[in-house]
Amino acid sequence: MLGALTQLVCAQALGEVLSRALALPVPGPVVGLVLLLGWLAVRGGPGAELRATSGTLLRSLGLLFVPAGVGVVTQLDALRADWLPITVAVLVSTAAGLAVTAVVMQRLDR
Amino acid sequence: MGPVWQMWVYLETTPLLGLVSTLLAWQAGLLVSRWAGDVPLANPVLVAIVSLVALLLLTGTPYSAYFQGAQYVHFLLGPATVALAIPMHAALPRIRRSARALVPALLAGSVTAAGSAMLIAQWLGASRLVVLSLGPKSVTTPIAMGVAEQIGGNPSLAAVLVLLTGNVAILLGPFVWRLMRVTDWRARGLSAGMAGHGLATARMLIVNEEAGAFGGLAIGLNGIATALLVPPLARLIVG
Repeated sequence: MLGALTQLVCAQALGEVLSRALALPVPGPVVGLVLLLGWLAVRGGPGAELRATSGTLLRSLGLLFVPAGVGVVTQLDALRADWLPITVAVLVSTAAGLAVTAVVMQRLDR
Repeated sequence: MGPVWQMWVYLETTPLLGLVSTLLAWQAGLLVSRWAGDVPLANPVLVAIVSLVALLLLTGTPYSAYFQGAQYVHFLLGPATVALAIPMHAALPRIRRSARALVPALLAGSVTAAGSAMLIAQWLGASRLVVLSLGPKSVTTPIAMGVAEQIGGNPSLAAVLVLLTGNVAILLGPFVWRLMRVTDWRARGLSAGMAGHGLATARMLIVNEEAGAFGGLAIGLNGIATALLVPPLARLIVG
């Protein structure tokens, strides 16, 4: 588990360094994701340990959202001031995004 | 109350308080959601956040004191984002087969979701900070926070909007698919992951495995698409 975690953190760190050094518009963890994906494609797949550890991490993905979500307490004023535009924007844009992606995918993927 | 309060004040200065309360709130959230029979609104993330916010407000604990401990959980979002490479790699053959449908579907949905959110908020008179924080709301938290910061939004606000969006996607998904007559599970999963990131995808994984795989794929690809497309889009809309 620790070995796999080391691999993940190293990919993230490498991604962070590349993102900064090349002034990429993509955040470090995403560059790390792409790097690891490339590495897996070359290697032919993840080892058992990496597969197990990432499975554990991704199954508890929800937990990892909690600390940032609690940050809502620092944003109560902004939310109170703009609750109507925020509510309408999130509802409409999410419905529109869901509809566009699902319909285009279903039409084209035959 | 005296000694208990003193203990609380002491614990507030250590990372333990934030860490223990986050993990306990998560376990409580899991219990509640199981007990409520997986009702979307009773999902563990929402339950944990609402109870922790109540705890902080009731005890007057500042968020910075809470985050001192919670940051250890928060940090794992980075490695977890990298770990998305593993399910993506497993789905590579399927991605290649559906690439001609996937890429246009994701790009169209990504631009629609981000662009309409910023446009609507601006039309309805939201502050510049809120409009910019809405841009990356459909992607997974670490990416959304990074992009929000980069374009002049607020990372914390973006994180909150990401969560709100994930829950809205869970609630609206079935309704939208029925309305638009989308029966294909790959299309449903892909749109759930595109619009509602990990939260909606976790839900799809329970319902249908193939939908879950396409959801995971959408999280990664939309993360990349958003990081590339939202900054110019935001410049275009906000100026």
